[in-house]
Formats: sequence, C-alpha cells, structure tokens
Amino acid sequence: MNDWSVLGPELLAALGETLYMVSVTLILAGVLGLLAGVGLYVTRRGNILENRAVHEALNLVVNFVRPIPFIILLAALGPVTEDVVGTRLGPNAAIFAMTIGAMFAVARIVEQNLMSVDPGVVEAARSMGVSRGRIITTVILPEALGPLVLGYTFLVIGITDMSAMAGAIGAGGLGDFALRLGYQRFNDEVTWAAVAVIVVLVQLVQVLGNRLARRILRR
Amino acid sequence: MTAPVGPGPVPSGDGDVVVRFQDVTKTFVTGPARARREVTAVDSVSLEIRRGEIFGVIGYSGAGKSTLVRLINGLEPVTSGSLTVQGFEVAGRSETELAPVRREIGMIFQQFNLFTSRTVAGNVEYPLKRAGWPKEKRRARVAELLEFVGLSARAGNYPEQLSGGQKQRVGIARALATNPKLLLADESTSALDPETTQEVLQVLQRVNQELGITIVLITHEMDVVRAIADRVAVMQDGKVVEHGSTVDIFARPRTETARRFVSSVLHSVPDAREVERLRRTHRGRLVIVDVGDGVDIGGVLSDGASRGVRFTIAYGGISVLQEQSFGSLTFELTGADAAVQDVVDELSRITTLREVAA
Repeated sequence: MNDWSVLGPELLAALGETLYMVSVTLILAGVLGLLAGVGLYVTRRGNILENRAVHEALNLVVNFVRPIPFIILLAALGPVTEDVVGTRLGPNAAIFAMTIGAMFAVARIVEQNLMSVDPGVVEAARSMGVSRGRIITTVILPEALGPLVLGYTFLVIGITDMSAMAGAIGAGGLGDFALRLGYQRFNDEVTWAAVAVIVVLVQLVQVLGNRLARRILRR
Repeated sequence: MTAPVGPGPVPSGDGDVVVRFQDVTKTFVTGPARARREVTAVDSVSLEIRRGEIFGVIGYSGAGKSTLVRLINGLEPVTSGSLTVQGFEVAGRSETELAPVRREIGMIFQQFNLFTSRTVAGNVEYPLKRAGWPKEKRRARVAELLEFVGLSARAGNYPEQLSGGQKQRVGIARALATNPKLLLADESTSALDPETTQEVLQVLQRVNQELGITIVLITHEMDVVRAIADRVAVMQDGKVVEHGSTVDIFARPRTETARRFVSSVLHSVPDAREVERLRRTHRGRLVIVDVGDGVDIGGVLSDGASRGVRFTIAYGGISVLQEQSFGSLTFELTGADAAVQDVVDELSRITTLREVAA
C-alpha cells in the first residue's frame, strides 16, 4: 500500500513545479513565437511586408527545429543551456529548452491562424493610411484572436507534454513524479495518480480556452 | 455633418480636377516562376475626374476597372505614367509616403471589408482612432456618421448581425469618418439585391450632394451608372474605350462595348433575333430612328400621313435620364414608294436613322 500522507504533498509539489514550468514557458515561447509567426506571415508573398529572404530564412529555422524530438533537443541544447541558464539541470534549464522547442511550433500556429484573416480588411486599413505596424497590432491580431486563443490552448497541452520529459534532466514536475516514484518502482497507482492530475489539468485548460475563444468569436 | 476641417497635409492644387490620369499603365507579373508572364491590367489611360462629380467606370470583369481605382490611393503601384490626386503625384510613392493622401480618400468595397472583431460603432471609430482624434470628438463623430447612414440603432451590433445593405452603409460611414474629399466605391453594390442596391445608391448620392464629396464608382451594372453617375468611362482590356457624360453615352454610344452596356438597361433597339421576327410580321420598310428632346418625329410622320404614308410602331423605348429623354423607335412605313422615301429622307435629316434590310 502507498502512504498518501507522504506521497500527497509530493504530488502537490510536483504539480506546482509543472505549473511553474508550463506557465513561464508559455509566456516566453508565446511571445517569441508570436513575433516569429507574425514575421512569417507579413513577409509572405503579396503581404504587407513581403520579403522573400527574411521569409525563407525564418521558414528554414522553423523547419529545422520543429522535427527534432523534444527529448533529443533537450540533450542537444545542453551546452547552450549551460551558457544561458548556468546549469543543465533543474526547472530553469528545462524552461530554456522547452521555450526553444515550443516557440517554433507557436510560430507555425500563429502564421496559420493569421492566414485566416480576410485580406480585404487589411486592404481597408491600408486604404485609410494606417501604418503597417499598426495594421498588425490593430487589425490582423484582433481579427485572428479567436483562432489564436485556440492555438495557444493547444500549445499549453503540448508544453505540459514537454514538461513531463523534463523530469529526465531533474526538473521535477508531474512527469518526474510519475517516472521516479511510479514507473521505476513498478507502482502503477502512483503513475496513474500523476496521469490523472495531468489529465485534469489539460481538460481544465482546454475548457477555459474553448470558452474564451467562443466569447471572442461570439458563437 | 460638418464640413471638412482645415487644410490637409496634401496640397489641393490642380484646379477643379481631383484625380488626373496621364498615360497610366499598370502591369502585373503573374504565374509560376518558370512561366512568368506580364498582364497589362490598365493600358495607357488618361482621364480627369472633376471636383464634385460622380464618375462611373464600367466594364466587364477583367476589364481592369478595379485595378484602375486601386491605383488612385496607391493600393496598387502605378507601373508608368503620372497619376495625381489634388495635384499630389501618387506614382512612385512608398507605402509611408502614401499615408497622408490616403487619409483624404475614403474607400468602400464589394465585400464591405468590415472588421469582424469590432462593433458597428467600433468600425466607424477605427479610422478616427488612427488619426488621433480625442475620445469625446470621436464619440460625437461616430454618432453623427451613423445618423447620416441611418444606423444609429445598430451602433452596438457586430457586422454579422447586419444585412448586406446595412454593412455597406457602415462601410460608407467608416470611409467618410475623417472627412475625405474623394470616395472610391469598388463594386459597392455588386453583392446586393436590386432593392438594397437602390438604398446604398441613395446614400452615395447624398454623400455627393449634401457633403460635396467626389465619388469614383466602379461597376459592371449599367443600371448603377444610370442611377447616379454624372460622367462615365467605359473600360475594355485595360483601356478606356469611351468616356463622356452619362447622357451622351446612353444617347450616342460609339463603341460596341458601350452599346452593349446601354442595351443591357435600355431595350429600345431590336437585336438580330428580334429583327428577324419583325421582318416576318412587317412587310413595309422598317426604319430605326433615335428619339430625343427637340426631335420632331411626330411632325414628319403627320406630313407623311397627308400623302398617304401609314406607320406602325414595331419596337422601341424612350427613357428619361437627368431630365433628357432619349431612346429609339422602330417604324414600319407603308404607302407609295416615293412618298415613303420622302419620309425616310426627312427623318434622316432630323435624327439618326438606320434601315432594317428587307
């Protein structure tokens, strides 16, 4: 039998670590990915800042990083992580690797969602003499906000998934809890308890994201 | 509605001409990299659009009329030639340099292009925000504009809750927000049913008459031109093949394209099939004459009657456009050959006459 009076607080601490890693990564990767995604979108052919060289360069970087499995990226980034964060281990090292891994996925999600914006409204704003920077912030992003929220919700789930692997570099969190105290000790109850918490967390995020998107889209 | 405030950043030179096209050409490069080809959308166009008029541009789809109107506010760059708006050269300007002139030109679109993320009031307020109007002035201006287009009650609605005609009226209010001197209307009624088209055209006419705003109206419907345009240019294959006052184009179209547009709304001249049918039922001489104010066709026919020439009206139509009547009538004339010939000669003298071959 498991002693949940000991395991319970540990599970709670693991949840806290996961929430910390996921939220910091979400903010960092969310902002950097948004910038890269907007960059990909506006430099496309026929768009407001059409620039083939910049577009192709961004595209290449995104396509280079995205297919790398996260567990390999985590290891491969080790030296860079050490230079930037000061250590290869722990939650902050994990956040660095997760941010790199996630921001390129965000870039694609953002680019694709922005493509759904009717070019007609961009043209309308141009016809009013609005600057291109303003068009991005006051037309393109607000018009795509609903799908963007859904995209970011999807992202939170992806980052949660990544954070579970970060246990491999001693970052703690629910993944680490499940692996160390459950899987490696053949203790299914502990493994499933961690899984259950992750499932509830993901569900909660999805429901919130859906609600927010529905409100924005007025459906 | 208030009059435009103060002198804008754009010089208002060039007398009564608001937009001047001088030998303007626009070419696009299209197709995949290996099969690039150049398409000339606007071909050596020279035109003057005068202050206070509603200038129609009509043509079939692909004639280049939408490109033509997009050159005016630089949404598409001019390839060669000179295009000035109130004396300001638009050709060769960067997006940033075009900003001030664009603020003096409103534009409305076939698909309305309203911001779906903003309410009706938010859409109208948007250009005012960008122009840096203070909040109180913005609110008053939005209320005034919505009143003008008759949508005050809809201020808080989102675009998807409006009908097509209402959406276009929001588009008009938004385009007028910063007091432009010129309004570009690109197929502004083409997505609307006939009744809503009239509703939008009436608003445009008020924009022109009450606010003194010059309008360039792109359309493929001659009905729209007939309803509100003072002058019209007919476009085909990127060229302006004919232009002049709407009355002149309707009364005396010189090109085949113009004739086809005119006959799309005025069915006063029989087409080939109808001529064939007329020939079967009428055995006398068939003549088609143009009718207009001051053309005394009745007098000629009465004189003919005194010499035994009888006439039957076989086909025709007369309409009134801007207080001038015009149209055409097809007569069958019967009687003694010499007397009929005299009537035909007399009609040819006072108006344009075409004889339908026997």
